[in-house]
Amino acid sequence: MTKNEFLFELGQRLSGLPKEDIVASLDYYSELIDDHIENGMSEEEAVGSLGTLDEIVSQIIGDTPLPKLVKEKIKPKRALRVWEIVLLILGSPIWLSLLIALFVVLIAIAVTIFSVIISFFAVDFAFAAAGVGLLALSPVLFVYGKTATALAYLGFSLILLGSAPLLFIPLKKLAGLVLILCKKTLLLIKRCFVGKEAAK
Amino acid sequence: MDIQMKRGLLDVCVLAAIKDEDSYGYQIIRDMKPYVEISESTLYPILRRLEAAELLSVRTAEHNGRLRKYYHITPAGLERIETFREEWREIMSIYKFVTKEDFVNDKE
Repeated sequence: MTKNEFLFELGQRLSGLPKEDIVASLDYYSELIDDHIENGMSEEEAVGSLGTLDEIVSQIIGDTPLPKLVKEKIKPKRALRVWEIVLLILGSPIWLSLLIALFVVLIAIAVTIFSVIISFFAVDFAFAAAGVGLLALSPVLFVYGKTATALAYLGFSLILLGSAPLLFIPLKKLAGLVLILCKKTLLLIKRCFVGKEAAK
Repeated sequence: MDIQMKRGLLDVCVLAAIKDEDSYGYQIIRDMKPYVEISESTLYPILRRLEAAELLSVRTAEHNGRLRKYYHITPAGLERIETFREEWREIMSIYKFVTKEDFVNDKE
């Protein structure tokens, strides 16, 4: 790929970002390619040494906050006319409530993710608590002469108490996975705002 | 290494690379290479972040008939390096303590 091809492709993939951000990215990579060439690389090698376009684009998008992307998307391309402003104000009962609804949905999603993670540990805690409960109950049953039940309770309590710390390890891993998944999803959402398709 | 930790460390590395004299992207990567591998695409967001935090300033100068961006460290940037050194002294003493324990255990 030549330098111009590379820069053109990069610019296309970044469309949807604020203009000045795109220009800054292109300037940066253009300068690096020139510096590589000046230090003895061929144009082809210089472009190749930068890594894949996917990596580069992911890095840039990952570092741009989502609100900035959304703001760029809904920013009008020209100044608003008077009647448009009037319509905006008159329509505010509709779009304002929609906006608030969207905001609430986003909060709900965050809370849901948080509760899923909490529930993992709640399950583990329940195991431990049930174990302790059964352990305390079994001597009482012994006293009342229900030996078989008491022994069963004792056995179950030991199983529960033993599995609680063992379960903790995979649950912690699972919680970590959920967080990584969230991060990946966020990147995916951001990608919807950036790139050739989004520019249309 | 922990990603969050590495991110913070790379920030300081870049500041250190421009501490003594102004430098540009290609040179920063080359100066860091013997110590830490950093790719061009990793350096870019770091430079943007440091600029936004006003730890460095950017000026454009002509070089061989084209423009090149030079990065200059600000007083706040120098302070960031100093803070890092102080923090690291603390971490080093913790490290010494941790490895000393190992040493004692090995002997037993």
